[in-house]
Amino acid sequence: MSNFIFGRYLPGHSWIHRMSPQSKLLLSFYFVIVIFFANNGYSYGLLSALIVFVILMSGVSIAYFLKGIRPLIWLIVFTVLLQVLFSSGGHVLWHFGPFSITDQSLINGGFIFIRFLLIIMISTVLTLTTTPLAIADGVQTVLKPLKKVKFPVDTLALMLSIALRFVPTLMDEMETILNAQRARGVDFGSGSLKHRVKAAVPLLVPLFTGAINHAENLSTAMEARGFSDSEHRTKYRLYKWQFRDTISWIVFLLVGGLVLVFRKY
Amino acid sequence: MHQLSVSDFFVHKFGFAVDHEVFNMQNIIEVNQISYNYPERSLLFDNLSLNVREGEWLALIGQNGSGKSTLARLIDGLLVLKSGAITVDGLSVNDENINEIRNRIGIVFQNPEDQFVGATVEDDVAFGLENRQVPREQMHEIVEKSLKSVGMWQFRERIPANLSGGQKQRVAIAGIIALHPKIIILDEATSMLDPQGRKDILQLVRDLKEDNHLTVISITHDIDEAAGADRVVILNQGQIIDENTPDGIFAKPQRLKQIGLDAPYPAKVIEALSRRGITSDKQYMNDEELIAWIKQLVSRM
Repeated sequence: MSNFIFGRYLPGHSWIHRMSPQSKLLLSFYFVIVIFFANNGYSYGLLSALIVFVILMSGVSIAYFLKGIRPLIWLIVFTVLLQVLFSSGGHVLWHFGPFSITDQSLINGGFIFIRFLLIIMISTVLTLTTTPLAIADGVQTVLKPLKKVKFPVDTLALMLSIALRFVPTLMDEMETILNAQRARGVDFGSGSLKHRVKAAVPLLVPLFTGAINHAENLSTAMEARGFSDSEHRTKYRLYKWQFRDTISWIVFLLVGGLVLVFRKY
Repeated sequence: MHQLSVSDFFVHKFGFAVDHEVFNMQNIIEVNQISYNYPERSLLFDNLSLNVREGEWLALIGQNGSGKSTLARLIDGLLVLKSGAITVDGLSVNDENINEIRNRIGIVFQNPEDQFVGATVEDDVAFGLENRQVPREQMHEIVEKSLKSVGMWQFRERIPANLSGGQKQRVAIAGIIALHPKIIILDEATSMLDPQGRKDILQLVRDLKEDNHLTVISITHDIDEAAGADRVVILNQGQIIDENTPDGIFAKPQRLKQIGLDAPYPAKVIEALSRRGITSDKQYMNDEELIAWIKQLVSRM
């Protein structure tokens, strides 16, 4: 789990760390959409330049981003290969049966590769510079308009923050159960697939009942501390829209506009 | 017998009166002839009555399954009575008053992990304040004050996974004192802590009690914790079988053993000495008294 970088938070005090989570969430969304509008060297070049700039601004070392790509590398290679081997049009450089490589398909493959990279980079920047708690709060702010159609936004945010808060607790518990069952002779992680699935039962069932116990105790404790519903509450944390958010949005909107202009060429 | 006042009750039952200063204070909790059973189980409480006086430290002791925790949950309105009535600070426990009552009572539960609602220490302390719709600026002040009073301010940004059990209990206490309750219920709050953590938490609550004139109900298996209380109530199978000052309760270590409870350390020393022919005129002593008495014995030899 330790080399699994996605969803991990690195503390820091950079420009991007101090942006409000709701604007970071929306910016990442917006950026992903803009990526799909890019269709030529100029627009991809511009977006790549922006991402490099963002990474430099985040103050996080490049090594972390490379680590973030590693688990996805096979997916990227596979997709790029498909694109290169099966797309048609342009000057044919090489062909064999149904496979063919053209200059056009090579360019397309390159674009797909950059597209993947950009999407992974922007989401890694988001998760590396934002605490899970702030992300939960950001989601709540972003979804606020849905309240008009009676969507339970506050309840969803509370669920999200409790879920995030219990992730390490349940991980620890899983470790304990794993060791306790090993001490009783259960063999995890070897043998046939069927055997392995069967071995997971003595892990999952106690984990499940444990989770229900947690839920019951937590709800009692919450009630005892005056929790009645998730709507009529004030908030301890406030993530205000700041001047730096406005600046970032201006930069991103400018780049988005330029990408639309470059599309024509 | 329920009609007797408590001091009369002691004169009547044990032939001696108890400290009047403690016993003449106003009742803050009145439990009046309550009955309760969990669904599909036989009656746990049948006509149970108990009064808690303002400003006292009451220890509730008893075996597992004697109904201690259930009583705490009934007082806070987390469970609903079958019959009888409970009054907290003049308010009867019912759906209407439930918020008012929970403003007056803070409970620290046994498992520190499960009562940690917030994602960080700060957020957890603020949880109760958020529920009461305290404005943000005030909230920050109160959270800081509460965390400083339990010595956890420097840990405010930690997540629960990076705290020890004792630290989590401190945070739980901070979350409760932030709400300024009149009553603190410790529901086996120290049972999962090491001896040092236990001592620290109890000292903390003791100091808070003195500073804020709180009433404390501690539900405990730790007999030494009970020995420090103003009054001890023994619950056995849903019934109060004895209530007295710790001196009175622990003077009969044999009877404690019969219902599956241990005697505090000084009581064991006194008993062991009496078996060897060294008897004292007092039935129970606290640590200091015991030391003084032994010193006296030695000097006489």
